[in-house]
Order: sequence, then structure tokens, then C-alpha cells
Amino acid sequence: MTESAVRIAILFPDLLGTYGDRGNATVLARRLRWRGHRSEVVDVPADRPVPASCDLYLLGGGEDIAQQEAVRLLDRGGFPAAVAAGATVLAVCAGLQILGTASLDVTGETQPGLGLLELTSRPGPRRAIGEMVAHTNPALGLADPLLTGFENHRRLTSLGPGAAPLATVDIGTGNGDGTEGVAAGRVIGTYLHGPVLARNPALADRLLAFATRSSIDPTDPPDLESLRQAALRRAAQRRSRWRGARDRMSLRRWASPGIRDM
Amino acid sequence: MATLIPPPTRPTYDRSGLSMRTRCAVQVGAAAAAMSRRVGFAGGMVGGRIALMLHPGCLAELAADRHVALVSGTNGKTTTTAMLAAALGAVGPVASNSTGANMLDGLTAAFAGSPASLVAGEIDEWYLPEAIAQVRPRVVALLNLSRDQLDRSGEIRRLTCRLAEVAALPDPAVFVANRDDPHVVLAVRAAARVVWVAAGSDYSLDRASCPNCGHQLQVEGEGWSCPRCGLLAPPPQWRLTGDCLTAPDGRQILISTAVPGPVNLSNAAIAVVAATLMGVPPDVAADAAASVRNVAGRYATVCHDDHQVRCLLAKNPAGWAAVLDLVAGQDEPMVIAINAAQADGRDTSWLYDVPFERLAGRQVVATGDRAADLGVRLSYAEVAHHTVDDPIRALRLVPAGAVTLVADYTSFHRTQRRLGLPVR
Repeated sequence: MTESAVRIAILFPDLLGTYGDRGNATVLARRLRWRGHRSEVVDVPADRPVPASCDLYLLGGGEDIAQQEAVRLLDRGGFPAAVAAGATVLAVCAGLQILGTASLDVTGETQPGLGLLELTSRPGPRRAIGEMVAHTNPALGLADPLLTGFENHRRLTSLGPGAAPLATVDIGTGNGDGTEGVAAGRVIGTYLHGPVLARNPALADRLLAFATRSSIDPTDPPDLESLRQAALRRAAQRRSRWRGARDRMSLRRWASPGIRDM
Repeated sequence: MATLIPPPTRPTYDRSGLSMRTRCAVQVGAAAAAMSRRVGFAGGMVGGRIALMLHPGCLAELAADRHVALVSGTNGKTTTTAMLAAALGAVGPVASNSTGANMLDGLTAAFAGSPASLVAGEIDEWYLPEAIAQVRPRVVALLNLSRDQLDRSGEIRRLTCRLAEVAALPDPAVFVANRDDPHVVLAVRAAARVVWVAAGSDYSLDRASCPNCGHQLQVEGEGWSCPRCGLLAPPPQWRLTGDCLTAPDGRQILISTAVPGPVNLSNAAIAVVAATLMGVPPDVAADAAASVRNVAGRYATVCHDDHQVRCLLAKNPAGWAAVLDLVAGQDEPMVIAINAAQADGRDTSWLYDVPFERLAGRQVVATGDRAADLGVRLSYAEVAHHTVDDPIRALRLVPAGAVTLVADYTSFHRTQRRLGLPVR
């Protein structure tokens, strides 16, 4: 029996690709190939219709302008129907906010989302930037429940009663209330990049299992374990109060008048 | 053509007008810099930092009455500043920080360290608005704006807004801006005086989205435009075609560079236009820019044990695109060093926007503080590699002979120091 290729769509890499988001597609495609499965990565630029026939859809991060444009384009394409039909989705950062019902921007205006998940986003007090560590929701049954990644976002997210978080935050900000991201059926949203699937292969394999409806044996690149250990050490430094105090004293800040929130 | 700025009447400016506070700040800074150099660390930045700490207004005071040109952008700042400094050198002594120390502290050190009336200053793009407000330059060259150090910078749009604010200050600088970069056009189109240069772009315009409204850009001939909001490439006054720079009066100037790669032709063209606006004849400026070969150790070849190490700096996808073009067609082993320290930006996600797949079949060693991040990326690119944290030990893993070292900003400087190159 010849197995059909797993089709992975990168949605609007020209709009939503700020954080090496293409890397998530690379990771999925390689992990399939290393186990003898075929895959096809489909680039869907903003001026093309979104195919409804892909197995996996990836949404990346982007600035406000790009995010609003992506909502407009996705709303009238094949994406909502594909999600309703059970396609697997990974949405990162702006991608996560796009899936929700609405986002408040810094000027106080409400920008509509796709309304596919029960969540809303609003600006937080400051940008959340740094290494994050979180424990995955046990319901996902990840082989390694520890998630690491780099977050960089201004908005915080509130999940409605119908949406479960992807993880609980150990170190970092995430959604802003101790939870991180969202997991609803085959749709996963997260604030983590790095890209997230390169740093958390168990999550990559969970998405592949969703998309192929079969289980996936673990296989990891040689440097992965040392990457994850180092990420945990860096995140622990972020938490350290001593380091926070040292950063506040650092000359760099003093020498940069007018540059505070950059 | 924008009006030429007459060259300064005196080669050095008079320091007697400086306030006592500025003089003290500069003296203490200089002493600290000397001490820092003695113990083997970089000097300039430390001196500038301390001077600014003691007197935040000292930069503005040191810059008053000088003829300053600032160079900014994501990639190519240091090389372009070195070319501009060489070009300005044709008409008088020049102060410059063309060593990569490009925040306000490095700029302050350049001003404090030399009384020259002409200044070619490199400034990090995120500090450009602040630098313009304090230094009040006559010319600002803006090369390109792309993703770099995302975790430090937040969103590029905010930079655009702040640049528009300083561009509206009275008696504004003349911007020399690359019209082939949509972000640059958005950032400076509000400025009163802009000289547009068609200098080429280091990233592909196909499938680029409008930085103003998000709609896909249309590329027609040599221009680009947004069909929705109307942002478009302004008509250029200067145009670079291959290695020929055409001036507004139709004069043609041959651009050549001692540093490799087409990116540097583009950098040289911008430097020549900026120098012309500062009063240097364009052909004289082009000759001077062509003589620049070793820019703060970049592109330099260093002998270390049995290796001839060619040192290249790349810190983002656009910089890496130039490096991959440069090393294509040769098969030297490569040592790639990634530190991702504060000054580099701590988020390494951008490694997945670099087509490392092009290195398949080559001998590659991943090194630096974040060697594991790079190693995982190389595995997913299916590039066989070794992973060693220490760059000098990484060099020992490759056979004797020529080797290309590509490093991000902090690992570049740290490795250069260990290879025995002079500390700046």
C-alpha cells in the first residue's frame, strides 16, 4: 500500500513569519521523512486562496498590521472549513490571537479574530520577552511534558470556558494568568517560539499523530538534549531575583537615555 | 540634487566651548577606557558609557558645530561607515566609530576621542532616533531595515513611527535612503529632505507584504508599489546598476570595493552619495571607499596554528544570505559560532530562516554558547556537523588549511580576541 503524503500548509509566510516560523514546517517534514513517511510542504502566500485539503496548517507570528490582514484573508478562504472538518493546526503568537474571537490593540480598538476558538487577547502592562518553561496539559499525553521556548509578545490571552490551556507556566508569562496557549481538539496555539517544534519534539510528534491518525516513534537530533538543558538554565536565570536586580543596575540601561521599552 | 553641504572651514573644532561637566565626564570616561584596555577589554564603549552616565547631555554638546553624517540600518553599517570615513578623509580629518561600537556610548566615545570637525558615525538602527535628536547630523544614511534582534527590538513599526517624529524636527538632516527597501521608504518618507538611492535590496521583494498596510506588494520593472495604500518606491536621484553609480546630473561613477560581495557595492554606493552631500567630489569618494579592505576584522584572514581563518560576521538571515552567496562554489570547511548574547538578541529562531541546507556536503562545526541550538538547526537542514562549545577547539576539529569562520556579533569579537587580533 502506498501511503499518501502528509500535506503541511504554511499560511501566509509573507505576513506571518516573524520568528523563524517556517522552521516548524521544516521540523514536521523532516521528522516524517526520518520515519519513512512522505510529506509535502505547501507555501500559501497571502494572494493565493487557502486550500481546504491540507492535513496540517501552520500560522506564525507577525506585527499588528499583518495580523489584521491575515484575519481578513483567512476569514474568506478555506481555512475555517478545514478546521471545522478536523484539520490539525499549530498557531504561534499572533497566530494564536488570530484564532480567537477578538484582540484589543494598544489604542483600545477591538480587532476581530476568526472566532474559531473561545479566547480573547488584550495588551499587557509590558512586552513579555524571554525564555519560558511550561508543563503540558496531561490530557495531551506528551512523551516529555516539559515545554521550553522563547516568548516575545505584548498581548495577554484569556481562555473562555470552552478552551483548555496547552500548558501551565513554570517560568515566564504565557497567557498572563499562569496558563500558556490553548489546546482544543487538534488545534494547538502557543506563545512559544524557537521555533517551538524544534525545541519540543514531543509536541511535534503529537501534531503529527493528530494529522496522520497514527502514533509516531520518537527520534531526536543529537544536540537536542543539550539545547533543552541549556534552555532550562537560561529560564531559571530569568526567574532569579539577583539577576533582575543586576539588570536594573546595568550601565547599558543608564547609557541609553530615552530607550526603555524597546 | 539636494544642496551640497560646504565642508567645515576648520579641520578641528574648538573644545573650549564645552561645559565643565562635559569636560569632566569625558576625562573620567577616557581614564576608564584606558584602564579597560589595559586589562584586555574593549575601551571605547566603556569610556563613552561612563561619560554618558556622568553627563547624559555630553553627546549633544560634543556634537554641536561639527559636520556629522550618521550611518544606520540592519546590515552593512560598519562597512559603510568605514567607507564614508575614508571618503570624508579626502577633505579633512575625520572622527569615526567604525569598529562596530554603535550604540550611543560608542558614538560618544568617537566624539570624545577626536576633535575632527568631520564625523562619520555608525549608529544602531534602534538608537537612531535618539542619536538624531542629540547629534543633529547633517546627513543620515539609512541602508536597510529588516528583522534583527527581535527580542530586543519589539516591532519594526515602532521604529518607523519614532523616525518619523525626529524627521519632523526643525532644521532636519538630509536622509540618504535606499528606495529599494520598503521599510526604509516607510520610515523616512515623512522627512523633509530625502535623497533616494536605487541601491538594490538584500532581500527578495517577491511576496513581500506592504510594511504600511499588509497587502502584497507589486513589483514592476525596477520599482515596487502597494496597490491598496499607495506606498511606493520613490523615483531615485541616484541609481546603482551593476558597479556603475549614476548621479542626478547623469555623471557615471565606477564603484569598486576591496571587500567582497554585491552587498558591499550597494554599501559603497550609499557611502559615496552621503560623502557627496558632505562636500566630497563623488569620484574622489568612490576611490576612497574602494580602498577599504579590513573593516573591524571582518573579511580579514588570520593565521592560527595550521589554519588560515577567514573571518565573516553574520547575525541575521539577510547577513547570512550574503555569506552563503560568498562561500558558494568553494568547499572550505566552515566553523559557525552563535552566542546569542544580549547584544546579539537572545532568540535564536531566526536560524530557521537561514537556508543552511545549502551547506550540505560541506564540513561544518557548530560552536559558541548556543552551539546546541545551531546543531539542532543543522540536523533539521540535514547538514552533518560536529558540535563544540569553544570556537578555538572547534577550529582544531577541521583539517589544516583554509577555513571560513562565520560568527554573530559577540562571538566574532570574542573569537577575534582569542585569535590574537587587536582589541578595540
